[in-house]
Amino acid sequence: MSNSNESIDPNRRSFLGKAGAAVATTLIAPGVVLHASARDPATPVTDAVRWGMLIDTSKCADGCGDCVQACEKENGLDMVTMPEGADPENWDRQRPRWIRQIQLQDNLTGQITSLPMMCQHCEEPPCADVCPTGASFRRADGIVMVDRHICIGCRYCMMACPYKARSFIHEEVDVKPTHAPRGKGCVESCNFCVHRLDSGETTTACQDACKHQAIAFGDLKDKNSAVSKALESVKSRQLRADLQLNTGVRYSGV
Amino acid sequence: MLPVGLVLAIASGGRALADSKVGALVSGSKAAGIQPPQCVEPTPYMRRHHMELILHQRDMTVHEGIRGNKHSLAGCIDCHVARGDDGKAVPVNAEGQFCDSCHDYVGVSLPCFQCHATVPTPASAHK
Repeated sequence: MSNSNESIDPNRRSFLGKAGAAVATTLIAPGVVLHASARDPATPVTDAVRWGMLIDTSKCADGCGDCVQACEKENGLDMVTMPEGADPENWDRQRPRWIRQIQLQDNLTGQITSLPMMCQHCEEPPCADVCPTGASFRRADGIVMVDRHICIGCRYCMMACPYKARSFIHEEVDVKPTHAPRGKGCVESCNFCVHRLDSGETTTACQDACKHQAIAFGDLKDKNSAVSKALESVKSRQLRADLQLNTGVRYSGV
Repeated sequence: MLPVGLVLAIASGGRALADSKVGALVSGSKAAGIQPPQCVEPTPYMRRHHMELILHQRDMTVHEGIRGNKHSLAGCIDCHVARGDDGKAVPVNAEGQFCDSCHDYVGVSLPCFQCHATVPTPASAHK
């Protein structure tokens, strides 16, 4: 399941950066904002792009859940209702969530850090390693997804994920948006708002909703993207870097 | 056997629901308003092979990110969904509607809509 041929060659990377800059200077006209990575939805995604995110936890405000709400609205998670007669506590623990707002406390100093936790879009995803059907997979552009047509709902991926990023749909879902199909018996998780990216948009719902500008998103292979520039300028880390998963989501300030 | 069954179903469905149908099409749908009738492929081909087209498209969409081309399920629903006088869409798998009428007649399960939307959701709904 690993894509060993996708390891990043630093020389190629700098070449792509220069090529991108050349394109930008030739195309940009006054008053026109171009998205360098706007793509044609009729062509397959390629590994020329790797989508990634940087979350600045020093900007992330304690008690703010704007990104979580925007995610739930965008992906129809707010339409999933508690089944009749269910135990509210169980429901709250098991209902689908793509982003969880979590708090980390340094026991020595008492300092509390708040951060959103979602699928980290690993280059070597453990969920895909353990999936018995191949439903968990990593797309060429770095997005880790579930093909729910072949997911059998075994939930091995939920156990394998070090980030507790995946949710299981336990009950029938009445209302589902066209762009976010959802049904009983499948696992799902953050997909970087893939329906937006596929149609040429370059932002995610959580990023758009963050009024603290704590989330930078873009193409990690494009030196000029907002996320690459942010990663270059601030000290960041992968969570559980010891697992060597090369995550697509990075954090600063933790 | 299956293609023959489907054609029979379309024919008989058309008779049984003559009030609400234009041939196999459901009146009040965009498809019923297209004259002469024109689907994304010739109608006889669609009757026999629509499931293969959708299956192929689903893999291209999920794994390769190819969206919005002519064999997408969302496109089928957008064109074939009936709209009432109030403009409200009727689910395509509701009794007597486009997908249901044949699938019900031949007793072929219709699992698409366990997960997929049965009415179009406006593109702006996710904003």
